[in-house]
Amino acid sequence: MSDHESLVTQHIPRLRRYARALTGDRNAADDLVQDTLERALSRFHLWRAGSDLRAWLFTIMHNVYVNQTRSRMRHLVEALDEPSADALQAREPDWAELRDIDAALARLPAEQRAVLLLVGLEQFTYEEAARMLDIPLGTVMSRLSRGRERLRQFLAGDSGAATLKVVK
Amino acid sequence: MSRLPVADAELHAYVDGALTPARTVEVEAYLAEHPEDAGRVAAYRDQIVQLHREYDPALNEPLPRRLGISRNAGMRPYLRYAAGAILFALGMAVGWQLNSYSSERQAESSSWARRAAIAHVVYSPEVRHPVEVGADQEAHLVAWLSKRLGTQLKVPHLGELGYTLVGGRLLPGDRGPVAQFMYQDGKGQRLTLYVRVNPDASGETAFRFAQERGVGVFYWLDHKLGYALSGEVEKPDLLRVATAVYRQLNP
Repeated sequence: MSDHESLVTQHIPRLRRYARALTGDRNAADDLVQDTLERALSRFHLWRAGSDLRAWLFTIMHNVYVNQTRSRMRHLVEALDEPSADALQAREPDWAELRDIDAALARLPAEQRAVLLLVGLEQFTYEEAARMLDIPLGTVMSRLSRGRERLRQFLAGDSGAATLKVVK
Repeated sequence: MSRLPVADAELHAYVDGALTPARTVEVEAYLAEHPEDAGRVAAYRDQIVQLHREYDPALNEPLPRRLGISRNAGMRPYLRYAAGAILFALGMAVGWQLNSYSSERQAESSSWARRAAIAHVVYSPEVRHPVEVGADQEAHLVAWLSKRLGTQLKVPHLGELGYTLVGGRLLPGDRGPVAQFMYQDGKGQRLTLYVRVNPDASGETAFRFAQERGVGVFYWLDHKLGYALSGEVEKPDLLRVATAVYRQLNP
């Protein structure tokens, strides 16, 4: 194992945890980790020695994820007529699911989910999250605030209720 | 009575341990009088706990073959105490550039926090000799360490949070002697408080947090002294203890 492989290797468990939470799917998460590792190793010369390797790897993972999500959405939208494409964006959960953190997380907009996980699960500082996502600090704070508040409502079973139809 | 007000962003910063110690204490006073906001803070903290409960198992799952450059990574948790201490001590600098990609000042502050974490990893697993002087000789312990550090130390009491003092020891730091106090809860979970003399009495800093290999460290400067509290517990729990330590040292 080369030196930089062994450096990168230490971060795989944390990358997997974040990917699992981000995608909500075991296989998709490991695909994402694999793509991230490949990209990181092929560009290892771009990492500035002495800087935070973990932050660098998470930044790469975020970019890979965004690109994949974008191209997946494009394929779907091309494959479907417009009304069904709309339906894809808003998944209606059933009540039993609502209180489960994984399901609740999946209902958040992707950009709020990323901030919430980088800060809450991975314990990066706000400044680090801002750099990784390439957004201003104020945007990190507002996404964090909105994401946590929505998650709180989902988990409390308070559906943001007006929008959710209860089916008898 | 509150001289606040407390902004929404500050409630999140409080949850994430990103406020200065002094402001943390003020926000706690505010929360005591505002149950609705206190409820939100509790819910946000609970979210973090739930996230860890849901996703931390992914840290220890065996890696699938296709992530194969990593055959050894799955073993690390079991090797933590043995290999972890050695790796730390050898200064595998990976990842411990905590709060920033780097600036000199932060590199300086994070390097002593890292020494604190190393000392935690080395001494907290000790069964027979975790400390040099036990809590039964607390007055002697404090007098001795104060003399060696050249300034009067105080040892916080954390009984309200379930941690009792085990004792302390003297350690070599990069700028002279440092003190380590060890605490333990009913389940044997240990925290260590590392105290060093600051090179310049440059005032206060915010709580800063770092984590590596499962050891979390909250560290801060308080005029003459720098403190680093280390433990293998969840960040919100560690923050609660760090806040209590700060408060006792600044009554």
